[in-house]
Amino acid sequence: MVEVGRHPNIELITLGEILKVDGEPGNFTATIKKKPRYVDETKCIACGECVKKCPKKVPDPYNAGLIKRKAIYVQYEQAVPLKYAIDPEHCLKLTKDKCGNCEEACPTGAIDYGQKEEILEINIGAVILSSGFTPFNPSEYDNYQYSSFKNVVTAMEFERILSAAGPTQGEILTIEKEPKHPKKIAWLQCVGSRDINRAKNEYCSSVCCMYAIKESLIAKEHLGKDFEPSIFFMDIRAHGKDFEKYYERAKKEGVRFIRSRVHTISEDPKTETLRIGYLTESGKVEKEDFDMIVLSVGMTANASARQVADNLGIKLNRYNFVKTDDLMPVSTSRDGIYTAGVMQGCKDIPQSIVEASAAACYAGMKLADARGDLVKEKKFPVENSIKDQSPRIGIFVCNCGANIGGIADVKSIVEYAKTLPNVEYVTENLFTCSQDTQTNMSEIIKENKLNRIVVAACTPRTHEPLFQETLRNAGLNPYLFEMANIRNQCTWVHSKEKEKATAKAKELVKMAAARASLLEAIPDISVNVGNKALAVGGGVSGITAALSLASQGFFTTIVEKSDKLGGAAKHIAKTSNQEDVQTFLADIIEKANNHPNVEVLLNAEVTDASGFVGNFETNIIHNGEEKTLSHGIGIIATGGDATDTEEYLYGKDARVTKWNDFEKAFDKADNPQNIVFIQCVGSRDENRPYCSRVCCTSSVMKALDVKKKFPNTNVFILYRDIRTYGEKERLYKEAREAGVIFIKYDLENKPIVTSGKKYLEVKVFDPILQTNLLIEADLINLATAIAPSDNKKLAAAYKLSVNEDNFFMEAHAKLRPVDFTTDGVFVCGIAHYPKPIEESIAQAMAAASRATIILSKSSIRISPLVSSVDKEKCIGCGLCVEVCSFAAIILEDVEGKGLRAKNIEASCKGCGLCAASCPQKAIDMLHFKEKQIFASIQAAA
Amino acid sequence: MSRKKEQKNIGAVMVAGGGIVGMQSALDLADSGFYVYLVEKSSSIGGAMARLDKTFPTNDCAM
Repeated sequence: MVEVGRHPNIELITLGEILKVDGEPGNFTATIKKKPRYVDETKCIACGECVKKCPKKVPDPYNAGLIKRKAIYVQYEQAVPLKYAIDPEHCLKLTKDKCGNCEEACPTGAIDYGQKEEILEINIGAVILSSGFTPFNPSEYDNYQYSSFKNVVTAMEFERILSAAGPTQGEILTIEKEPKHPKKIAWLQCVGSRDINRAKNEYCSSVCCMYAIKESLIAKEHLGKDFEPSIFFMDIRAHGKDFEKYYERAKKEGVRFIRSRVHTISEDPKTETLRIGYLTESGKVEKEDFDMIVLSVGMTANASARQVADNLGIKLNRYNFVKTDDLMPVSTSRDGIYTAGVMQGCKDIPQSIVEASAAACYAGMKLADARGDLVKEKKFPVENSIKDQSPRIGIFVCNCGANIGGIADVKSIVEYAKTLPNVEYVTENLFTCSQDTQTNMSEIIKENKLNRIVVAACTPRTHEPLFQETLRNAGLNPYLFEMANIRNQCTWVHSKEKEKATAKAKELVKMAAARASLLEAIPDISVNVGNKALAVGGGVSGITAALSLASQGFFTTIVEKSDKLGGAAKHIAKTSNQEDVQTFLADIIEKANNHPNVEVLLNAEVTDASGFVGNFETNIIHNGEEKTLSHGIGIIATGGDATDTEEYLYGKDARVTKWNDFEKAFDKADNPQNIVFIQCVGSRDENRPYCSRVCCTSSVMKALDVKKKFPNTNVFILYRDIRTYGEKERLYKEAREAGVIFIKYDLENKPIVTSGKKYLEVKVFDPILQTNLLIEADLINLATAIAPSDNKKLAAAYKLSVNEDNFFMEAHAKLRPVDFTTDGVFVCGIAHYPKPIEESIAQAMAAASRATIILSKSSIRISPLVSSVDKEKCIGCGLCVEVCSFAAIILEDVEGKGLRAKNIEASCKGCGLCAASCPQKAIDMLHFKEKQIFASIQAAA
Repeated sequence: MSRKKEQKNIGAVMVAGGGIVGMQSALDLADSGFYVYLVEKSSSIGGAMARLDKTFPTNDCAM
């Protein structure tokens, strides 16, 4: 968020509404209505004085209305931009022309009641729509009693209750006169999802099962072992990467999962205890009491989505999400306008982020020729050398309004600071961060020839980059700066001990000044980038990524192990929306084979690799010959495939097939009586404790095909949970309507298949009828687990990690779903996790987007806060190489000395593991050198 | 030549919605050579994710 706020090439238009987009792709004009903030953003320094004086309280939407905020507000403490805004619907001045307190209180004169709505016109080449969703509102549906009983809350409200920054500071309390810690909480799943009777939302919201499990586990962490969380559900949909393990963990940690249908919620008027009446799987009527009920509400299309669609002329689907095609997963119906995230359909955060990058990739492809035309770069004066200068420290002590000044004695801190060694200049400011103070500071630095700067104020987390920029403006290296946190870590926590707070602030300033004396200028590092790409794997993901890069002018080599492009998609007839996969596949293969910027190497395999971001060298064997490829980035798209099994007579009886072999067997069948599909064959068990994600949808589609051809054939799907997530739920509904029979089985009580002469006999226990069934099946099809290709060699070559199931591990499960911890290498498709074709395409484009960030530059600037090795002290033991998670340190042969450690600056993240583990103390971290850290510790001692 | 210049694409993109998705799109584009207008209807960016407590499965703070 902060990165977005500070990016020189991202312009934030807050309080903005898009009215229309005219023109053609590549050259649109967007008209935006910008509502007034009533606060001048250039003047507001977010001191919060206005809030203290504002008399008007309004429900706080950020905290789901659980508490109140003022009519002048920031949404939350870390908001970007951190600028106050006035709510015009509630402000007394704006509604009744009374009050005006905030204007009086504001120290910088930022309040402007006269601000007017503005109409902006901007010229752009492409548009990305990502307006998100609205949580389902259960208040109209009285069966959940959300409006009637206080302790029935939505999951969004519960998130705020759990949050340390929420209304109860993370303490879970019931909502009543005398709040208490709840002993029992129930989560009700599918509220507003998979429900056409009450909510009219037939789709599955995809995310509620996992967030309910998360909330229940965190609640358990907060409330201890006596707390009893229960989740009432229909199917647990843990269909994402490592989700199933999380579900299993929750079961072990005491979360109860109750497969049921809830029919009534009532309340004991005296005790306010809530009673849930429900039907179990076998049809038994049960009831149970709880202190609190959390409704796992689903996601619905934004009310404004229809407006945006109308304004922009794009189509929505039947659920009012933006319509896209499976094979063009982020393109809207209007060329040049793309969409991503839940605005396009329900999905979780990682998948939303994948789509965000994919949409960026589409926009980048469309506008490739205009890349770099409009970007701005901040210019700074030439840096003055401080070599041979003794330290001249300037200290700026901030009052932060009353935040610091109201508690600590700032004047005495200033006097104290003047007595510290090497200090040449000390001053205090009301608000050091305000724009005019920043300009002054720059002048003071120049006038007094200061060469080290200390700001004693709030926190470096929000303000360090700002002050570093001021140093650069004054011609100083930004690393000659140190902050003393005398607000968050001092006056805020010691607000009632004024004298002690002053003493502590002095100590903090002393520590900062001691460290500042030893700070060194650190030059920027940049590395040159080769602009070729390598895609390992020639399936849909590899080809899509390669074509996306090639069309933007980056030469890409596809290395494919087999003798054909196409991968797992070769066996897939259609997507879940009935789009033709084979035509698409033939088309992209032809494009790859004919594109001047794509080189296809079949029968080729990676043997090893070296180098780092921008500069990789990969050795391959191609048709028996060894070759070396130089490339700037690598895309890992090695895919996966359906596994074989020894269960259920597979391989012993030709009537038992797996996956798409079924179609061949079925083509030959003449009006079969019974067909059985068995799910989770080799998935979600001890060997492969993950869900293969695509099997439920695939079997449901096959079952529908059978019913279409032979309506009288009985089709059975034996399943553990039906995981037709998102809009795929519709297929499940259609299958039930078509008469497909779904029978749930447990891992402890799997179906048994025996071979009869005429039929295959399938014995399975039906939990609804509570009896064993015997099905005489003509054909059985198995949804065997999807497993990745053998990735170990490739992982070793690029120093990538794989998880326990041999899928590649991304840099961050949530926020960086296609990056690796090794910079310059990206993952997509089944190599990451089993997924349907539309998700593979999106992820491949996301990988291409991330790669483009590197390939589009001739050199990249990287953080210079890296390790540095003293070759004289190093003994070449290699401990540092072992502990480095980023392949950023290697051993190299130094003539006459033997092996010596060498850091690769481009790969180093500055974590300091190597420095900490070096037995010779031969490694230091720039800007965090041992002597610098010790100087501040000694100053405090 | 001049005609070609007239038809040249504009190297800027508008991203509508300042949640986690809009921010990711904006960063990818701005980091790869495009100017981005990020249009958000409320007073600050962050969207739904900024309201979450910890996120599954890493239990990282959503902020």
